[in-house]
Amino acid sequence: MTALATLPPWLMLLVAALLVLGSTLTLLGAFGLLHLKSFYDRLHAPTLGTSWGTAAILLASMLCWSWVQDRVFVHELVIGLCVMVTTPVTLMLLGRAALHRDRAEGQPDIPPAPDRGEQD
Amino acid sequence: MSRFLPHPLLSCALTLMWLLLTRFSLGHLVLGSAIALFAGLAFARIEPQAPRIRAWTPLLRLVGIVSVDIVRSNWAVARLMLTNGRHGARKSGFVRIPLRLRDPVALAVLAVVLTATPGTAWLEYDPEAGTLLLHVFDMIDEAEWHALIRDRYEALLLEAFA
Repeated sequence: MTALATLPPWLMLLVAALLVLGSTLTLLGAFGLLHLKSFYDRLHAPTLGTSWGTAAILLASMLCWSWVQDRVFVHELVIGLCVMVTTPVTLMLLGRAALHRDRAEGQPDIPPAPDRGEQD
Repeated sequence: MSRFLPHPLLSCALTLMWLLLTRFSLGHLVLGSAIALFAGLAFARIEPQAPRIRAWTPLLRLVGIVSVDIVRSNWAVARLMLTNGRHGARKSGFVRIPLRLRDPVALAVLAVVLTATPGTAWLEYDPEAGTLLLHVFDMIDEAEWHALIRDRYEALLLEAFA
């Protein structure tokens, strides 16, 4: 913990602000997941956490550790990249499963499966 | 070249990642490159076609545009999450968008972009008709979304991928 005390105040403020921003966005995403009504709306809520929520926390970590270790510390970029590239996979799986279910149940307001060859 | 390095981009990225995760030294450079080469060869057995990138400038411009859009849409969606209960005026909806993109890598990049910007969710792509079904969190004007995807992202991707 003594290493963290060497951070200058401006950097501490910046790191803290980024952490608060990231965790607030993630919290908002979780809150949305809890309280939104439709499944498709709920799909959007966690993307707050996976985009700027993650990015802000990683930025804070990068700044803090680059200072403490006295060299450029960019491991976090790999985490960010992996999060960014893998979220669409889960999202598509969930979305398509929901579409399939709703179409099979004949829910109203769900766009029909594309007709072969004569759509748009 | 192409026989030993069927996926040059993938191998480069893996070497870079190896060096990022370890301390930079000659030994790690050699080890990382060896692993990346082997991984590239192994991946070629699954996916023989390496992505063909025709131009890098549109991709760099896309990165810039998308980073701005991510910040903007994060702000917009976060605000909607908070005010939704009080006003209740937000309407979400589905949009079906005809795409000109056919390259699988370009489509994957588009999927990452649309997922990373909160407010749009990629639901279903139909490869035969070439249409994409999107779910939009805050639907104001459907035509606006068509124009946004077509002019802002798709045009750049079409330029970048052969």
